[in-house]
Amino acid sequence: MGIFDHFMNLRAVYIHLGWFQISITNLIVVLGMLVLFGLALFLPFPGNKKKGQK
Amino acid sequence: MSTSTEKEMWVTKLRKGWQKNLPVEKLLPDTQPAYVASWIYLFGVATLASLGLIIATGLWLSFEGASWYHGSNVGHFVNSLHFWSVQFFFVFMVVHLWGKFWMAAWRGRRMLTWITGALAFVGSIATAFTGYLVQSNFDSQWISYEAKDGFNSVGIGSRFTVTNFGQMLLLHVAFLPVIIGIITLIHVLLVRAKGVVPPIDAFNKELGERK
Ligand code: HEM
Repeated sequence: MGIFDHFMNLRAVYIHLGWFQISITNLIVVLGMLVLFGLALFLPFPGNKKKGQK
Repeated sequence: MSTSTEKEMWVTKLRKGWQKNLPVEKLLPDTQPAYVASWIYLFGVATLASLGLIIATGLWLSFEGASWYHGSNVGHFVNSLHFWSVQFFFVFMVVHLWGKFWMAAWRGRRMLTWITGALAFVGSIATAFTGYLVQSNFDSQWISYEAKDGFNSVGIGSRFTVTNFGQMLLLHVAFLPVIIGIITLIHVLLVRAKGVVPPIDAFNKELGERK
């Protein structure tokens, strides 16, 4: 039934680095969360420019 | 007739405690301190919004039944909405947790806020786990057969039988969501009662007292 069924039936691909092992899927999720965390800290929040601020 | 020397009823104590710790001005405030103007403070409410979606789509699935969500297009769609709301719920919750960890948001008598958050995290994992067990596919069969050995090895397999579909379904749709709901409610009420924690280096008057 199309591309998604094909995708769902594939075996997960794992990265092995010695004792460390993680699936590509989980790695993407973890990296995505780290990126989101970084963006949340460093992106300027709209409407927080008050008097006396540049 | 009541006199001031008479012992207070628990209702009276509850009302006085409530009025002292969480007056309606604190429960529904107009403004927040300046330091709250950052994206990182939105992840708690993003987690809350995801939880709302999870509960709404979960109720929808329950009322329609398995033959609908496994056998019709709209059913598949709502099932996917439920699943993806959970994925976002966890992503937002983890970023929320990191944010609160690095700002040490348990400072100033906010320990219970942190603890209820941690309980919500652990409870959500248990709820998601039972969710994976009730997909009624080979995936859930595999997960339950792997997990039963773990549960048996710590001696709780007879109470918490992960291969028992009925038990897992009822835990997933009735017991665990109620627990998560109650913990989340206490968590958010505590945040309101204590106010948002000032940044670690906030000595500035403008930012309020350092607590
Ligand atoms: C069901 C999951 C959760 C929901 C719905 C939730 C919701 C919220 C909301 C709406 C806030 C206020 C807004 C904000 O600062 O983001 C908050 C604050 C807070 N959360 Fe959570 N949270 C959850 C899980 C967690 C977890 C896992 C932790 C850490 C173990 C945590 C720790 C905290 C702390 C310490 C605060 C208070 C910060 C302060 O007083 O300034 N929460 N939470």
